[in-house]
Amino acid sequence: MASSPRIEMLGLRKAFGATVALDGVDLAVEAGAVHALIGENGAGKSTLMKVLSGVHQPDAGQMRLDGEPYAPTDPLDARRRGVTMIYQELALAPHLSVAANLLLGVEPASGGWIRRRELERQAREALRALGHEDIPLEAPAGSLSVGAQQLVEVARALVCEARVVVLDEPTSSLAAGDTARLFAVIRRLRERGVAVIYISHFLEEVEQLADRFTVLRDGRSVGTGAISEADRRRIIELMVGRQIAEMFPRLPHTLGDVVLELTELGAPGVQSASLQLRRGEILGVAGLIGAGRTEMLRAIFGLAPVRSGAVRVALVSGAATPAGRLAQGVGMLSEDRKSEGLAQNLSVADNLTLSRLGRYARHGWLDRAAESHGAREWMERLAIKARGPDDPVASLSGGNQQKVALARLLHHDCDVLLLDEPTRGIDVASKAQIYDLIGRLAQQGKALLFVSSYLPELLGIADTIAVMCRGRLGPAASAGEWTEHTVMSAATGAGAPAA
Amino acid sequence: MKRLGPLAGLLAVFLVFALWAGPPFYSPFNLVTMLTQSVIVSAGALGMTWIILAGGIDLSVGSTIALATVVIARLLVAGAPPAVAALAGVATGAACGALNGWLITRLGLVPFIITLGTLLVFRGVATGLAGEQKIDAPITALNDLLTKFPQPAWMLVAAGVWMTVALAVAVYLLLERTVLGRYAFAIGSNENTARLCGIRVERMKLYVYTLGGLLTGFAGLMQFSRLTVGDPTTARGLELDIIAAVVIGGGSLAGGEGSVPGSLAGALLMTVIRSGLSMKGVPNWVQDILTGGIIVGAVALDRFRRRVLK
Repeated sequence: MASSPRIEMLGLRKAFGATVALDGVDLAVEAGAVHALIGENGAGKSTLMKVLSGVHQPDAGQMRLDGEPYAPTDPLDARRRGVTMIYQELALAPHLSVAANLLLGVEPASGGWIRRRELERQAREALRALGHEDIPLEAPAGSLSVGAQQLVEVARALVCEARVVVLDEPTSSLAAGDTARLFAVIRRLRERGVAVIYISHFLEEVEQLADRFTVLRDGRSVGTGAISEADRRRIIELMVGRQIAEMFPRLPHTLGDVVLELTELGAPGVQSASLQLRRGEILGVAGLIGAGRTEMLRAIFGLAPVRSGAVRVALVSGAATPAGRLAQGVGMLSEDRKSEGLAQNLSVADNLTLSRLGRYARHGWLDRAAESHGAREWMERLAIKARGPDDPVASLSGGNQQKVALARLLHHDCDVLLLDEPTRGIDVASKAQIYDLIGRLAQQGKALLFVSSYLPELLGIADTIAVMCRGRLGPAASAGEWTEHTVMSAATGAGAPAA
Repeated sequence: MKRLGPLAGLLAVFLVFALWAGPPFYSPFNLVTMLTQSVIVSAGALGMTWIILAGGIDLSVGSTIALATVVIARLLVAGAPPAVAALAGVATGAACGALNGWLITRLGLVPFIITLGTLLVFRGVATGLAGEQKIDAPITALNDLLTKFPQPAWMLVAAGVWMTVALAVAVYLLLERTVLGRYAFAIGSNENTARLCGIRVERMKLYVYTLGGLLTGFAGLMQFSRLTVGDPTTARGLELDIIAAVVIGGGSLAGGEGSVPGSLAGALLMTVIRSGLSMKGVPNWVQDILTGGIIVGAVALDRFRRRVLK
């Protein structure tokens, strides 16, 4: 007798108004397997998973869970049947305790009163199953590190005797060490016979972790197979539907004068950072989350106080406000597009021109037509996909939003670009475009300080790399002298030469 | 630890006035008076704590209190037994809260706008129901709920104070120990998460506003007891005192934070300041300026303290 897959989806269709999000998707995942779901943003992955977890109901097609018809009416229904979703954006209630978060929505209760001992017992049990009894049950979830919060989310799935667990880009905000812990946990889930659906842009991760993969494009499943037989380039081509020449283009560029110099900079979260950034240089900064890289950029840009040491921009020494830095030609790309990098409610044009509106103003009155024209020009240069400059920026995909944020710095005509995780959470095609753009900017003589937690891209496009560990920035060395291994050992403080 | 801040603030302010105003300030009589005076804001703050920690706000509570006094007075005039009139007053509050909750969840508008509207609506209804004047009610036991000389004397403080204490305990337990309380926190902390976890967010909000309204209705009953008339113009601006009490007590207008002991400490703190300043003969306008300064100062200090503790 052939056993049925743990979860099976057949010919799923879902349209929102005129937009067809799913156009006949088939997917089958066995119990005790990790199945990677790959696709660009907008390919339909999120919609598919929302159908699976009961947020949306499909227009056509059917699902089977262990051979039985499965049509969840809402997320609670799905959760009761053992299908749990772990979202990309951390979905914890920060003020509630870890234990309360673990059992949110399924609290053991009698007559409305929470059975606190039972709740604690179940929460403890879930953390034990996860192999992380070190996480404190009573601490507010918001006080944990991002990595620990992610583990709590996974543990949430274990509370309800999970049969299917979906992880949506779980590592996009994790540092390498946390990623390793998460992978260990996912393997544990697999051993327990859970069917894991793993959504990721990181193909390296998929290769490490998954047994099988399915590629979605434009709402259809365009390819599926065993990871062991797949080749990375082939998968990327399936994703984008065309051939990609080179992921990390190396454009020739020459280094010029030093335009940014830090001398033993001390700031909140930064012990000591010294560096020299030249015109036409891409200086990559590696390190774990919390090593102080973001804090360093914020101190340079004047968003955090400089406590000691010095910042020199071109010939000007001293601290400055963000407005002062922009005037000096230094721009920063925030790691947090949603709440800081972009004003989500405003249009593409408004966001793009925000830092330099003066260009389109006369006596304080805005020339909207000129603004729109200027925005359109940059949208074309960076190939930003939107219907027009008046589109709300929130309606764009992550990759295009990031391009809008970058376009603002270029529109401002910044010469020194502080880029904090510029490719986080965006699709492969947009990543390739951003790498290409960074290369071209270096060619034009711009200086780029490029913070990233994704080592392949650092090694792929940076000229020089320095590693930050516990608030200290190590010495920079040419990218060719680093390997993933030496970067990681420096980042974890295992083998870095003292700076 | 986190919850000791407002209590410590209350104690500090109390000590300052005790030193400044001397024995009359901390005489048993004045202590009882202050407790009794704080009942209305305290009761209102109990309801507001729920609403604020669930990420909402209710600006209509002052009007709701006025409406409750009018309803109670009219029923007493019509010959209803005091207990029935009192319950009807509380129920009026619950109905107002339910209406707020219903409008907020149905129209999907922010609570600030909805309750700004119902602030006027409830005030108008109260004025119309009262025939644009105060309603004198016959003397009943309701008038003694906030007396300064409780009978029998061993009660120490008025029945209304004891009722508020009992309600505070009940609300505290409901908040900290029940699923409803947990969901209120979860919604205020992260509404999307709550929804993902299968919590019926809209229904829970309706419950939260209704419960808040019920407690406001009780505050209305206490207000009636103090006034002994139904007054459609009473409690104007009281919503701000109530919100201030919750915020001083550690409530966050962004949701997810707030506690019953904190809010009660906040309510008492405001009463202590008013009482102390009046006793020293500080003119009203100076009292307003000082009270305003203390509200901002107390909250700023609390936020600062928490940042340091972190």
